[in-house]
Amino acid sequence: MRIGVVTFPGSLDDTDAARAVRHAGAEPVPLWHADRDLRGVDAVILPGGFSYGDYLRCGAIARFSPVMAELVPAARAGLPVLGICNGFQILCEAHLLPGALTRNAGLRFITRDVRLAVANTDTAWTSHYAPGQQLLVPLKSGEGAYAADPATLDELDRAGRVVVRYANAPNGSARGIAGVCNEAGNVVGLMPHPEHAIDPLTGPSGDGLGFFTSVVRAFAGADG
Amino acid sequence: MSDKDTVQVATASPDQPQPFAELGLTPAEYAKIKDILGRRPTAAELALYSVMWSEHCSYKSSKVHLKRLAPNEEQARKLLAGIGANAGVVDIGQGYAVTFKIESHNHPSFVEPHQGAATGVGGIVRDILAMGARPVAVMDALRFGPAEAHDTARVLPGVFSGISFYGNCLGLPNIGGELAFDPCYAGNPLVNALCVGIMRHADLKAAVANGPGNKVVLFGSRTGPDGVGGASVLASATFGGGDGKARAKRPSVQVGDPFMEKLLVECCLELYAEGLIEGIQDLGAAGIACATTELAAGGEGGMRVTLDDVPLRDPSLTPAEILMSESQERMMAVVAPDRVPAFLGVCAKWDVEATVIGEVTGDGTLTMTWRGGTVVSIPPRTAADGPVYQRPMARPADLDSLQATAPDGLDRPKDGPALLATLLALLGSADEADKSWVTAQYDRYVRGNTVLAMPEDGGLLRVDEQTQLGIALATDGNGRYCRLDPYRGTQLALSEAYRNVAMTGATPAAVTNCLNFGSPEDPQVMWQLAEAVRGLADGCAALGIPVTGGNVSLYNQTGDAAIHPTPVIGVLGVHDDVRRRLAAGFATDGAQVVLLGATREEFGGSAWAHVVHQHLGGRPPAPDLHAERTLATLVATAASDGVLASAHDLSTGGLAIALAEACLRGARGCRVTLPGDPFTALFSESAARAVISVTPGREDEFAALCAAHGVPATVLGQTGGDTLAIEASFEVPLPELRRAWEGTLPALFG
Repeated sequence: MRIGVVTFPGSLDDTDAARAVRHAGAEPVPLWHADRDLRGVDAVILPGGFSYGDYLRCGAIARFSPVMAELVPAARAGLPVLGICNGFQILCEAHLLPGALTRNAGLRFITRDVRLAVANTDTAWTSHYAPGQQLLVPLKSGEGAYAADPATLDELDRAGRVVVRYANAPNGSARGIAGVCNEAGNVVGLMPHPEHAIDPLTGPSGDGLGFFTSVVRAFAGADG
Repeated sequence: MSDKDTVQVATASPDQPQPFAELGLTPAEYAKIKDILGRRPTAAELALYSVMWSEHCSYKSSKVHLKRLAPNEEQARKLLAGIGANAGVVDIGQGYAVTFKIESHNHPSFVEPHQGAATGVGGIVRDILAMGARPVAVMDALRFGPAEAHDTARVLPGVFSGISFYGNCLGLPNIGGELAFDPCYAGNPLVNALCVGIMRHADLKAAVANGPGNKVVLFGSRTGPDGVGGASVLASATFGGGDGKARAKRPSVQVGDPFMEKLLVECCLELYAEGLIEGIQDLGAAGIACATTELAAGGEGGMRVTLDDVPLRDPSLTPAEILMSESQERMMAVVAPDRVPAFLGVCAKWDVEATVIGEVTGDGTLTMTWRGGTVVSIPPRTAADGPVYQRPMARPADLDSLQATAPDGLDRPKDGPALLATLLALLGSADEADKSWVTAQYDRYVRGNTVLAMPEDGGLLRVDEQTQLGIALATDGNGRYCRLDPYRGTQLALSEAYRNVAMTGATPAAVTNCLNFGSPEDPQVMWQLAEAVRGLADGCAALGIPVTGGNVSLYNQTGDAAIHPTPVIGVLGVHDDVRRRLAAGFATDGAQVVLLGATREEFGGSAWAHVVHQHLGGRPPAPDLHAERTLATLVATAASDGVLASAHDLSTGGLAIALAEACLRGARGCRVTLPGDPFTALFSESAARAVISVTPGREDEFAALCAAHGVPATVLGQTGGDTLAIEASFEVPLPELRRAWEGTLPALFG
């Protein structure tokens, strides 16, 4: 399986996402923001960072980059897409996911290992987890508070589209939401960083690897 | 200064008054410039010499002392490049080299804390980048006035937000550092930033302009009026405190753009990989003036620069201002003419503006033209080398009485409850308290190779995912020790950084330093500087590791009052297998707790004397570099054999603080019995000590290792339970300790 990792100017966790892809047994394929080309990949990761410096609003400029012009229709057609942190912000700005990410309660950048519960195991990126499974994954963001209008939040709850929830949201996220998916479950965005939790040597746990093995296993199953 | 002050005009008007004093030059220095040129300098030349001959760029007061730090044969064996290059380069084996350096941004951070600290990170990162290395991590050593002081509440949050903003957005993990408080830093905080980079041996780059006809390319941000004269004005002036002087100097502080820096890093690394450059120099203090003179002075020939071609943010800048501007996120490269199109192509890919502004010549002269006239024509080495001063030195007049005022007579805790109260007071003091409030604002995970970060004794990074080769880093300094005895104090800072690196299981390999002192025009300060450098040189020779470079920051004083002499020492270690790393916290129940090293009654400059009695006097603890070396070898050996479950060095606050931290970080108690006088056992700050826990079942093996290495080992007790229990003294529940430890910084700074 070939999984694309997009590098925008200011992407920071692209090498980490590529490493996680390798650990999950797939081939990472670098994708460049300025190319209208997905290079035939089987899934795409939008990594963390500060795309275009995030000087306007997180993800607001990246959304208009040439690679997104290819990615948005592909995602609507079912291509598995995972947005991590800044990638989540970009997916919201691109309207592939509902809601928005706003300044943390407390207004400071927060780096913390957070406990998450997997709320939906039917997505392309969480099928390898058990329902309710607890994960310990780093959160590191300044604008990570998930926000949406009450009707949207109700709908996300009703349809089971909350993918991961904080045990204790440190950033003021609405209803403790750490990550959500689109209706089809192929597009997932979350603020915590599963790619930083693939090995207890360099992260708080190996709990995050499941996001990547989920998509790899599903692909292997579909392929074979 | 006139815009049109060309060489021709200068030659024709030898007696025109020039503002050399305002630019920080002495009458003698001004006369020397006229002597070199055989005429008065143009306005642009005067600006160039003033920044190049500033204390910050020329090291004119410290150079005669820094010579002591040249590596001897044993020390030189680990080096690829030594002092004098942008940063020293250390061979760590397997074809990898590491470059690391620590630099001060003290004065800008006092004037404008957020931007001052942010651009401090940016500057040191470009320094490492210019060596050909990929920057992989940063650390910060920070010192402020009293934690509860009004101005600390202005400076400290700004410094943290600046480091957090710049470092996080740049994508470099912040893996540790220091945070300390003392009244001597109230009007002059210390903001020292360290960066470390990794490269293959063949990737080493040089700051030289060779090959006549090669092009000089300026790339990165545009040049603006920010930071004009920062090196000469800010870093040479003393601050008047709250009298408004600081505000008047605000324009001298630069403004940082970490996004541009990230693009510049990736752009440079791609230029290196494609083999498109002949020489490279970062732009920091003294901007284009420094980059052009150093490149030209490092090469064989000369250089011709057309200042009209420098892209400007403000078209009204004069040549002098263009030369002195310290606009951030700029680099200068020397490029072969046939590679210029490819060079510009890589820059365009990364949206980095790049402009050919000149070329290398064979005439040995640095020439700059502007609007058709020649505004600079100098021999570049005369600006790059700068004057050298043998400043007068004098042992501080109060040192004898200070050393005679030993803390021996101070009231000591006499029973268990009093010992516990002392521990809680120290643990909750701003210096010893948990620093999570700070480090929670830094990204330590980015790039995915951080094995250990704050609050561990040293930061540890994986260098190679296949071989598990890694590097460890720590910085340490102690102004109070150095005030009492700069020679000893510097060796203690070196010892502590060395010990911190050793506690991860790494083998210390190299040293960098940032020497923060008062005014060099004060003979007592110069004596402190000389003693500190002598201590560092002797200490490094005894440890067998080289100093690979460093930075000197002088004029750190408020009015006539200098800060404590504060050399901050960074030590780099090599870890053969990062999977064998040790952490400070007790990791398992039922593990034997052992104190390594010898404890003497040493309280001069101690945390106890400072926190409980606000006392500073006597002599600091005696350094024992031989003991440091054997302790480090023992821990490295035991770590690679898997004999140890945890290791934590003893420093300020002694065994009491070390045990409390080991319990809190491991979320696991311990029960210990102290040898001898409990107060001395708990709070003495004797050097070359550590508290470790042994992997259960390997106790005899470890005891044999200690005996073989000649390291004194005292079995104290066992890990386990949820209290810190000191037999015959006190037993305290960990939650109570944790409240004292974790509550302080949030209560002070929200």
